[in-house]
Amino acid sequence: MTAYIRRNSWVIGLFALFVTLLVFTKIIQPDYDAGDFGSLVRAALPFAFAVAAQSIVIIAGGIDLSVASMMAVTSVTAAVLMNGASEEFALVAVPLVLAMGFCLGAVNGILIVVTRVPDIVVTLAMLFVLEGVALLILGSPGGAAANWLKVMIVGTVAIPGVLAAITAWIPNALIVLLVSVALVWIPLKRSRLGLSIYAIGSSQLAAFRSGVPVSRTKILAYALAGLFAAMGGLSLTMSTGIGAPIPGPYLMASVAAAVLGGVILGGGRGGIVGPIVAVFILRLVRTDLTLLSVDPNATTIIEGTIMVVVVMLGAYLALRARSR
Amino acid sequence: MNALLDASGVAKSYGAVAALRNASLSVRPGEVHALMGANGAGKSTLVKILTGAVQPTAGRILIRGEQRSVGSPGEARRAGLLPVYQEPSLIPDLDVLQNLRLTQTPVEPFRDWVRELGVPALDLKDLARDVPLAIQRVLDLARALAVEPEIVILDEMTAALPADLAERVLDVVRQQGRSGRSVIFISHRFVEISAICDRATVLRDGETVGVVDIVPGVEEQIVELMLGEKIERRRRTTGPVSDAARPSDARPRISVRNISVGTKLHDVSFDLHDGEVAGVVALEGQGQDELFAALAGAARLSGGTIEVDGETLTMSHPRHAIDKGIALVPGDRAEALLMQRPVRENIALPFSAPLRRWGPIDMRRESEKVLGAIERLQIDTRAQGEVQRLSGGNQQKVTIARWIAADARTILCFDPTRGIDVRTKQEIYRLLRELAAQGKSILFYTSELEEVQLACDRAIVIFGGRVVDVLPAEIADEAALTRAAYGLARDAEADVGVLAQHPGTAGASP
Amino acid sequence: MTMASASANPPVPLGRRVKRFMSDYPVIPLIVLLVVLVVILQLIRPGIVNERWIANTIKFAIPLALLAGCQTMAMLTGGIDMSVGTVATISAFVMATQVVSIDPASAILLSLVPAVIIGAVNGIGVGIFRVHPLVMTLGTGLVGFGVLQVYQRTVIATGSDIPDFLAWLGTGLTYGVPNALLLFVPIAALIIFTLKYTGFGRLLYAVGDNERAAKLSGVSYWKVIVTLYVASAVLAGITGLLYVGLIKAPSLTLVEPLLLPSVAAAVIGGTSIFGGRGGYTGSIIGALILTVMTTMLTILQMPEGARRILFGLIVLFVTAAYIRIVEDR
Repeated sequence: MTAYIRRNSWVIGLFALFVTLLVFTKIIQPDYDAGDFGSLVRAALPFAFAVAAQSIVIIAGGIDLSVASMMAVTSVTAAVLMNGASEEFALVAVPLVLAMGFCLGAVNGILIVVTRVPDIVVTLAMLFVLEGVALLILGSPGGAAANWLKVMIVGTVAIPGVLAAITAWIPNALIVLLVSVALVWIPLKRSRLGLSIYAIGSSQLAAFRSGVPVSRTKILAYALAGLFAAMGGLSLTMSTGIGAPIPGPYLMASVAAAVLGGVILGGGRGGIVGPIVAVFILRLVRTDLTLLSVDPNATTIIEGTIMVVVVMLGAYLALRARSR
Repeated sequence: MNALLDASGVAKSYGAVAALRNASLSVRPGEVHALMGANGAGKSTLVKILTGAVQPTAGRILIRGEQRSVGSPGEARRAGLLPVYQEPSLIPDLDVLQNLRLTQTPVEPFRDWVRELGVPALDLKDLARDVPLAIQRVLDLARALAVEPEIVILDEMTAALPADLAERVLDVVRQQGRSGRSVIFISHRFVEISAICDRATVLRDGETVGVVDIVPGVEEQIVELMLGEKIERRRRTTGPVSDAARPSDARPRISVRNISVGTKLHDVSFDLHDGEVAGVVALEGQGQDELFAALAGAARLSGGTIEVDGETLTMSHPRHAIDKGIALVPGDRAEALLMQRPVRENIALPFSAPLRRWGPIDMRRESEKVLGAIERLQIDTRAQGEVQRLSGGNQQKVTIARWIAADARTILCFDPTRGIDVRTKQEIYRLLRELAAQGKSILFYTSELEEVQLACDRAIVIFGGRVVDVLPAEIADEAALTRAAYGLARDAEADVGVLAQHPGTAGASP
Repeated sequence: MTMASASANPPVPLGRRVKRFMSDYPVIPLIVLLVVLVVILQLIRPGIVNERWIANTIKFAIPLALLAGCQTMAMLTGGIDMSVGTVATISAFVMATQVVSIDPASAILLSLVPAVIIGAVNGIGVGIFRVHPLVMTLGTGLVGFGVLQVYQRTVIATGSDIPDFLAWLGTGLTYGVPNALLLFVPIAALIIFTLKYTGFGRLLYAVGDNERAAKLSGVSYWKVIVTLYVASAVLAGITGLLYVGLIKAPSLTLVEPLLLPSVAAAVIGGTSIFGGRGGYTGSIIGALILTVMTTMLTILQMPEGARRILFGLIVLFVTAAYIRIVEDR
């Protein structure tokens, strides 16, 4: 147990920070209620998926600069597919979009393995390409989303046997997030593939010598990142009801939240829970700054500064770890 | 006799460079088989081929008489060949248990082996990176043994182990042989080899030159095999450097006192005088890399002092050494050269380093210095443009020319003649002697022992991170150096074996 | 490792000689490409290539070429500067709003202060903390953008102005020659001179080619990197001033659209994104090629999306090809 706490101290600390921030929010704004929390989660949803995608790739020793563009592509694809289609068609569209994300991610991985161009350049190039693709699919924000998808992340659901006061603080958006991340992450973490992803990020040579198929693992890591990015894209379409071809601010945010969440740039260390908690912390800081009536533009500065400082801290820690 | 593993005609070349020419290795069931050879004889390449980490260019590998291809570490594993490399191959960021799962190793046998090997309390939930390096190596071994492989390959297994662990490891290896499984044991330590091995295969220059049974006194025979005809050649070599200026009694240029670096170098002391070429001789990985890095300001001391011209120096960046006129020519040319830049920029690089020299370059003065150095070393610059297009020998000359142009007073040359042609080698020896004659001092690590008598005034021999002997050039022939480098005492001259028949070799000096 | 001695000068096969030629003189195939593009343009739309068109192309290529200068220098060290768009915009915006109340010279000096600060932060992050340059400069770009937004609100009432001489510099022609060349030619000459004939220029190549070798030769990595990113930011600031004189409407995203093309221009120009190889002449031609290509795509009514895809593919293709050429061992 103590070993568990020690090893997950960073994530536990983040949780504590998050709860503290929640309490703080309640103090500065006594009106802050479950509904506000619900919208917080809804706003955090695309960020959470983006950071999940980024984390997997960073753990595998890479970086994915195309994550925001990939979300834009999948978002507009979903919006266009569902535009004017029946409610039931969304049942086809959703898996289709997820598969598309998986494949686009795999393309990233394959290009890295085959061309031997470093991941940072390949995904930078893909950033341009996917942005272009998104614009070709949908020139300006538009399209539509099936109603049930939109409703899915709104409000709460009553859980039998649990007090309404508690379920009120478990918004549907949170359930959607947890379920979809868990569906991918838990089996992965238990599989040999999951171990292999950590292994190639930790030490490519040792992984190779341990019999890990390095190239295949790398491709799959990028593909899974693509899958999460597609979830992020879908969540964008679900919350706005349309698709927007211009990528949101998810790239930098995903890197910063991943680092804040305990994923070390360079690979091998961290998980996916920490970064997602970090996303919530960053969103809550934003809310608090608004509540404290700080200029909303200054919020961008503070957020950006936190991110830069966190990334510098992360790089510094990685440097120390390497020289050890 | 049915061999368990039979590799023959194995060769591997990287481009035009042959790392292995014609190696063979035959291991019987239940045998502990030593694989020996001097630096660069091809041991590690052969191991990498047997374990699927590298694909051979030619050769045949039979396991139990059947031809097997070992295309990847995974395939080698399935064929029953399991290596324990010098650097631990546990994934640092996974815990021990996860590492076992990754390689599909059963946990219970692993635990048994860990106990057997005498590892004190181990928590399988510990991250590999938190386990001390020595223990990691033992865990690596336990992990290999747990899957009951037919052949375990141990590469310098005991090198970094404390004595008690090493003892247990040797015990286990011996038992392994008795229980009918085979071990390929790579080591530089004769003591271990004579204690646990049945036979030894000796490699030289990428070829198998002999297979011997381990019997008392076989050491000399192995040394002779490793050296080959060189012993004959040695006798024809005349005394090398008798005319060279001998180190004076004056204050030494550099005096090294009790320095230690990490776990690799312990308590090393020696002096380097102006006008001297001091050779450093050591087997691979005995701490010589750390010694050179420390002198060049590229590695931190964990103990001891370095005095330059009588002044104690604390260095945290190579520029501190360079300010004192001490420059390192690293062993790997890729570490020294700007491969995509022209010769001129490579040689002139140190000129621009200080902040005050960031401005416009005096091209004429630079040309003078650069051309002077190019001429002095006779660098062939016909292949214009990038340095990577020069031949290996010319590249090496560029790394030295840089410090001639910069007029460094002390040059630390780390194996500068590795992998270059004979003529260039000769030129480099001559250059080193000339520099010494001009009053410069040179510390010269070489993996080719014959070079000591060709270029050095004396040889400092390092083994296991300590200075074990200092030999004057007159008696520092290959045989003497080899013995010293393997940690064999100088007075324990061979009275059996081939060396004994050539009294002139070892004891040439009065 | 035992190595066979490499023979001194083996005959070099033709294919390799072509590769070497390409990597030694990337400018020549680039000029050929530029000419081919212009000829194609003339064929598509006969008569379009005239004096006025050339002047216009140069006018629009100059800001891009200046930003490509930032990328070239950063890329020579193995880095990249993604904050140049924001830095240039900030300088332009600060100058345009300050010039209303103070004299132009002071306004211009003041406008370069944020550039120096951002550049220094970039340099410290990359050179000392060893953050990946891309991540670091994206981050400072983000912060800079936030600061700009706040600044905009404080000066929202003041309005803005463009000093006449910047407008003259940005848009004016003298005897059919763009005035912007008055600024560009000295700057370009300075960059080319710095890269070729100064110690600092040598060190940019050196740390990008082989940081370890540079260190062993006594080079302080962080000093080179901090100086580089400050220089890059100042150059970006100057570009912003010129660009606002060309566009004449300061906005919060003024120079942002030039960011990705500036990377593409440097990559096309033969500067390696891994460092150690390249030069500014290639980047200038790269900027011209991109400008001509943009005209062509506009004429062909190629949508914005297709243009970005093309950019991406070019960057990927050129880098992959570059790796093949460099593997000349």
